Amino acid sequence: MSMSNAAVQGDGGQAESGAPSAEPDRRRRTSPIVPRATISGRSLVGVVAIMTFLASLTAGAVMLVRSAANEWQADIAREVTIQIRAPEAGDAETEVAKTVAITRAFPGVAEVKPYSKDETMRLLEPWLGSGLAFEDLPVPRIVVVRIAAGAAADLAQLRALLREQVPGAVLDDHRGFVARMRAMSGAALIGGIFVLLLVLLATVLSVTFATRAAMATNRPVIEVLHLIGAKDNFIAAHFQKHFLQLGFQGGLIGGGAAIALFACADLASAWFVGTAAGDQFAAMFGTFSIGALGYLAVLAQIGLVAGVTAAASRRTVIRTIETIQ
Amino acid sequence: MVRFEHVGLRYGFGPEVLRDITFRIDARSFQFLTGPSGAGKTSLLRLLFLALRPTRGLVTIFGHDVATLSKDALSTLRRRIGIVFQDFRLLDHMTTFENVALPLRVIGQNEDSYRGEVVELLKWVGLGERISALPPVLSGGEKQRAAIARAVIARPQLLLADEPTGNVDPNLAQRLLRLFLELHKSGTSVVIATHDIALMDQFDARRLVLHEGRLHVYE
Repeated sequence: MSMSNAAVQGDGGQAESGAPSAEPDRRRRTSPIVPRATISGRSLVGVVAIMTFLASLTAGAVMLVRSAANEWQADIAREVTIQIRAPEAGDAETEVAKTVAITRAFPGVAEVKPYSKDETMRLLEPWLGSGLAFEDLPVPRIVVVRIAAGAAADLAQLRALLREQVPGAVLDDHRGFVARMRAMSGAALIGGIFVLLLVLLATVLSVTFATRAAMATNRPVIEVLHLIGAKDNFIAAHFQKHFLQLGFQGGLIGGGAAIALFACADLASAWFVGTAAGDQFAAMFGTFSIGALGYLAVLAQIGLVAGVTAAASRRTVIRTIETIQ
Repeated sequence: MVRFEHVGLRYGFGPEVLRDITFRIDARSFQFLTGPSGAGKTSLLRLLFLALRPTRGLVTIFGHDVATLSKDALSTLRRRIGIVFQDFRLLDHMTTFENVALPLRVIGQNEDSYRGEVVELLKWVGLGERISALPPVLSGGEKQRAAIARAVIARPQLLLADEPTGNVDPNLAQRLLRLFLELHKSGTSVVIATHDIALMDQFDARRLVLHEGRLHVYE
């Protein structure tokens, strides 16, 4: 400015001539275009954190249901029962021994456990009561066969082999039960995914509204920037960057808490392996681990909420500018 | 520089607040815009600083028909216009220095390139000691001068001031008027919207008088 400073001096005695001038403090960082550390910004971080935590818990729960259902199915599919009807003539023990020999020699079989006559009787006690003379009853004998993990035993061939060599043997691979189990776990998984989608939708909506509320306090900033000649993209980019940071901050708090919770649960279930409580948990939830896919889902949700926050702020800036004009 | 031809403005479906406005603002001119409350001064100023588009008529600013310009082109035109708002509109999270430098910052200039210029302007408007102060601790007069400094820092060709003396005592009002006259002498066209007849009487300038939405020009 080449104009003299006489214009504003005089009368009021607010002359600057000769007074020590205060230079802007160069050590102080330049203030950002978008005000930081506002109450509405902190509230937004809180909302994002809570919603990300809830969505992550839901995603983790869906992963648990999925892995537990898979394990139940795998356990059942790995076990096969051979029922040997009591022969009309001859010795049942011979038939059992023959069955055990054939099955043990069959590829893919890990373990074969024949139930003795006494064990078979004990199995029937809850239904028939004790003290009965079972000797005269044509009670079938049971052989439980466990298929080796990862092996694909040809059960059709085993069934044919048994039919040929032990006429009274019937192989039950629990196909019907597995089908029902698959239907049930499939329904549980679909239900879980549906709930997860609802929670994600609620997360997106609540984060969007919280962002708009936080943006409302910034309307004067948008107006001033617009009216002094800032282009829409310049304004939107600054707000988008700021709100992306807020979204990540909240997402990392909520998602991080969920990851910590799942990791603790994973560790705790590992510690309790072998105990009664641990076995009960393992029976219900498998390993109680959400797995790499679960952790990835939580990370994806953090990215999603941060993206939603940034996009909502950009939309609000553009809408605010449109209302100014 | 600015040309209005048969311009009308209405908000929504309401009555016309500006009717058949025709006038020009020449380069290096100085004028007062006046009229009773509700006559449409602020609406006319908003048309001038491109915050509104007219309902009818032609508005050309710096030779451009504003109705045909894109958003980005309007933003570029706004950079040639300095605005002093009646309510100052300083950003509370920025220091006086940063508020004044904001128009240079939004056009991508580096702080090192404008620091000296902004400090000199702040001294010139009497805010040399308030460079690092935040607006909430400035007095009304200091805010007014900071708002004026922000409006002129990018050397606009047109300066629009809405009631720039409305919040200050008569002494400061006189000083601010002298400041606007200095700017005018340096080549800026100035439009001051004011009610203050005493202020207008101090300087023989063109008067644009709005009355019931119509404009009367007194050269």
